Amino acid sequence: MSSVRVLVGTRKGAFILNSDGKREQWEVSGPHFAGWEVYHLKASPADPDRLYASQSSGWFGQVLQRSDDGGATWDAVGNQFEYEGAVGEHKWYDGSPHPYKFARVWHLEPSLSDPDTVFAGVEDAALFKTTDGARSWQEVPGLRNHPTSGGWQPGAGGLCLHTIVLNPKDPEQMTIAISAAGVFKTDDGGKTWRPANKGLRSAQLPDEDAEVGHCVHHLARHPSRPDVLYMQKHWDVMRSDDAADSWREVSGNLPTDFGFVIDVHAHEPETVYVVPITSDSHHFVPDGKLRVYRSRTGGDEWEALTKGLPQQDCYVNVLRDAMAIDSLDSCGVYFGTSGGQVYASADAGDTWKPIVRDLPAVLSVEVQTFQ
Amino acid sequence: MVRVVLPHNLTTLAVTTKEVQLEVAGEVTQRTVLDALEARYPALRGTIRDSRTGVRRPLLRFFACEEDLSDEPPDAQLPEAVAEGREPLLIVGAMAGG
Repeated sequence: MSSVRVLVGTRKGAFILNSDGKREQWEVSGPHFAGWEVYHLKASPADPDRLYASQSSGWFGQVLQRSDDGGATWDAVGNQFEYEGAVGEHKWYDGSPHPYKFARVWHLEPSLSDPDTVFAGVEDAALFKTTDGARSWQEVPGLRNHPTSGGWQPGAGGLCLHTIVLNPKDPEQMTIAISAAGVFKTDDGGKTWRPANKGLRSAQLPDEDAEVGHCVHHLARHPSRPDVLYMQKHWDVMRSDDAADSWREVSGNLPTDFGFVIDVHAHEPETVYVVPITSDSHHFVPDGKLRVYRSRTGGDEWEALTKGLPQQDCYVNVLRDAMAIDSLDSCGVYFGTSGGQVYASADAGDTWKPIVRDLPAVLSVEVQTFQ
Repeated sequence: MVRVVLPHNLTTLAVTTKEVQLEVAGEVTQRTVLDALEARYPALRGTIRDSRTGVRRPLLRFFACEEDLSDEPPDAQLPEAVAEGREPLLIVGAMAGG
């Protein structure tokens, strides 16, 4: 019997939503880590009972939680994130040099093959790795050793490494995104990195097509075609057909190409989802209507998906890690909002229903599929 | 025994009660009390003071005997009433909200 487990991180704790493969009736557990911000939680693809969660607080700092039983129980594990070698400086909002300082873990990306290996994207931007199930963390120093790192400048949310994309066909290749430095790519397991922002144009930069400095919001990739990447940038939806070596815009007929999330259908690599947001100054959906947009052509041509979603007086946002896709035959799509709703579609986005309506503001959504 | 009162979010993280009692060997200072607290509850490492530098997290305060001891040196002796367990050391989260 198939089933799904949806992992939801919110401003005030984590929630786990379980359903059978019909995805009609849901069992809600939580809040786990009540009162704490949970930026992200994610399961190991190699061991579905192994979950990791980033729990943080302005008062108490960073805690890393690990579960070995699918989220029934949790243990606090290693929470020391020490920059490797000289800490170094990045550029502050006013342009002055500012020392790197660890603030929180934004994103956890478990290895595709080893449940004890996890990558963590942190603020101030750096990549960390554990190989002992999160008991200890070491920085992957090659990224911040890149000569441009002294000029990286934070976006409004901080200088955060928020996206980590692994290549299922090449364990040495990894693509990451930093706000507001842009995309970086390694082909040697993290020893060396290079900017991967060719084709991006950002009107917020003095040099619109600069090598770094772009506010990339999220990346997505279909596992069967690792050379094809999709990007939601601050403004613009982009596509790469050469594993991030170059990008072209595929915003097409979207009502606005500002947004945060982007994701790919489980079985159709050319089917892509975004949630357009009004603008960088209006972080809510346009016209009071919550619409997911789907392209079945790998971008450029988009259709609004609205059945079951509020179409008036709705002013929520959907953050970068708050969309997920299951891999059941009829592909499920999930997203969470700043208003605390988690919506699910069991038919690839044609129709939607809320699983829950009144959680704290949703920061992240992930889903596990059990066939 | 030294008594320590924890803020709510740390009692749930450590899975313990609001007030905990600790055996502290030698002088009773902020450092020795926190060392004992973290030894008993490893989940609290890094949540009250920086794991590496030992510096108190900025939005936490240490109170005892109606005094704010937050900015006292970490190796200064805590009040006798705390060392003797007549008064607790309070670890308090700064007020937030409006």
